[in-house]
Amino acid sequence: MPIAIGLEGSANKLGVGIIHQPTPFTPSVNNPTPPPSPPSKSSHASPPARILANLRHTYVSPPGSGFLPKDTAQHHRRWVVRLVKQAMKQAGVTVEDVDCICFTKGPGMGAPLQSVAVAARMLSLLWDKELVGVNHCVGHIEMGREITGAQNPVVLYVSGGNTQIIAYSAQRYRIFGEALDIAIGNCLDRFARTLRISNDPAPGYNIEQLAKRGRHLLDLPYAVKGMDVSFSGILASVDVLAGQLGSLRADSGDVVTPEDLCFSLQETVFAMLVEITERAMAHVGAAQVLIVGGVGCNERLQHMMAVMAAERGGSVFATDERFCIDNGIMIAHAGLLAWRMGFRTELEGSTCTQRFRTDEVLINWRD
Amino acid sequence: MPSSSSPCSQLTAPTHALPAPFDSASCTLITQGAEALLYRTSFLSHSSTSSSSAGNCALKHRPSKPYRHAVLDKRLTRARILAEARVLVRCRREGVPVPAVLGLDWEEGWVALEWVEGVTVRRGVDEFVDKGRGEEGEEGLEDRKKEREATLRDLMIRIGRAVGRLHAIDVVHGDLTTSNLMLRPPSSSSGVVRQSGSTSPDASVPITTLAGDIVLIDFGLAAQNALDEDKAVDLYVLERAFGSTHPYAEKFLDSMLAGYGDSYKGARVVLRRLEDVRMRGRKKSMLG
Repeated sequence: MPIAIGLEGSANKLGVGIIHQPTPFTPSVNNPTPPPSPPSKSSHASPPARILANLRHTYVSPPGSGFLPKDTAQHHRRWVVRLVKQAMKQAGVTVEDVDCICFTKGPGMGAPLQSVAVAARMLSLLWDKELVGVNHCVGHIEMGREITGAQNPVVLYVSGGNTQIIAYSAQRYRIFGEALDIAIGNCLDRFARTLRISNDPAPGYNIEQLAKRGRHLLDLPYAVKGMDVSFSGILASVDVLAGQLGSLRADSGDVVTPEDLCFSLQETVFAMLVEITERAMAHVGAAQVLIVGGVGCNERLQHMMAVMAAERGGSVFATDERFCIDNGIMIAHAGLLAWRMGFRTELEGSTCTQRFRTDEVLINWRD
Repeated sequence: MPSSSSPCSQLTAPTHALPAPFDSASCTLITQGAEALLYRTSFLSHSSTSSSSAGNCALKHRPSKPYRHAVLDKRLTRARILAEARVLVRCRREGVPVPAVLGLDWEEGWVALEWVEGVTVRRGVDEFVDKGRGEEGEEGLEDRKKEREATLRDLMIRIGRAVGRLHAIDVVHGDLTTSNLMLRPPSSSSGVVRQSGSTSPDASVPITTLAGDIVLIDFGLAAQNALDEDKAVDLYVLERAFGSTHPYAEKFLDSMLAGYGDSYKGARVVLRRLEDVRMRGRKKSMLG
């Protein structure tokens, strides 16, 4: 019964997770030689994975500011040992039970990634366990599939650093569309800074709460190009409007509030995301959508997606904050899937990288 | 919805009511994309009563999207219908081969276009090549093969010229695939009316010739005032479309570019820019 520990720290969350994937599964036809454990997990045949521990500690920066790489890396270094100890205790496993150490290889912020990679290397040497470097995006996708049971969905991956429309084809997660400049979460985070909204628990969450009280939809640019999107111009426009708060009036004559701006921003950028998702679904002929990444927690986005999917006779799968927001368990899960197929990361190659595309990873555990 | 013999029977029945003055009895669903539904119908004519013709009009309906805010939905539908119609009207005026705009209503979200007879280049090329494969092993093989290649090259030159005429007036299509290029038979006003549209699967008559005019359709992603960069990307998209859907026709792409290069004054500059665009390949490396 393979057990993996996963370390995630590509942004301001430090996550440690311990997962157990039950052993009986159907052997894969395509991959006959994976040492040392039995081969493959045929996507739906295997019993569900068990989450033994899933801990997270978030670095929260003061209102009006974002998290800087240096401070975030320091936060991760300060907390990683404590979190690993706590996770092991909570999971009730010993060092001997653990089969491999999984860590985020990228993409993400350089300094925080490095801090966590150093921690993973240390554990690997200390415990004499094999390392598995994991693509952060693949971690999100695999965890989303595991939790929701979605078989072959179009995946919308939306977070502070990533905005991608993804579909699986021939052992790759192929990117059909993406943000051409800043990520959706970055757009929301930076607008929260403009309004000096609290970053606790997350800037996007606080924008969502304000947006619920917004009543006027203001005109913002709408930037969809095929299956790609762009957010920087929208952010610049809404920033300008924020600078005019107090004197700005809606068409009805009412004074525009910060709540109206949050509402307008969300309605505009989420409509763009749903539009490109629908286009990708039509393109590949899929009926399922899976939303992953921190912005995927947003209930307004989930609702809009559900309305669109229902119109197409499809359905939406989303997870809650335990799995949507960056976490260690998804790294453990995706890493263990690869490990069971024989994938290893040597100590010399256990580097990390800020740029690591989703479609670079061979997904040989799927048919 | 439509009768069981119509192409629509392959598609799921649309849930969207047709905007007035159209109704489901007179419209046949041709294809359903993410954005719009395309019907064939009659507009300002009586041919709907005739059994020989399914109508003179391609009706493109953009139903409202209930997932987005009603104000935003109206704004986007209006902007997109108007943008597409304006591009088509301008192309028509400048002599670029595109369907004429017959009418539109941005409140209701529809635009009525002239129906283009013929088949898509996608289907035309596929069937032409399939037929060629079927002849392999027959006598005079080499001559016929050469003849077929010459026919394909000629088609590619005409495609290049058609795109060139579009780019000459600084318009880019935005989604140049072989499904968005129609092959209109030389005298389509007379003769047999063939079912058209990219999704029409009833191959009643096999394609034996690639003669005809190239007509560009579906300007939903088109833009005016295009720069050389945009035009080069337009060509790059078309190259990639040929590569993925017609790998056997890929070796004739140089003919397409040759036809393009001679078609207007700035074409050479765009072709040089295309080399840069190709070098870029995947456009960006992902940011963390």
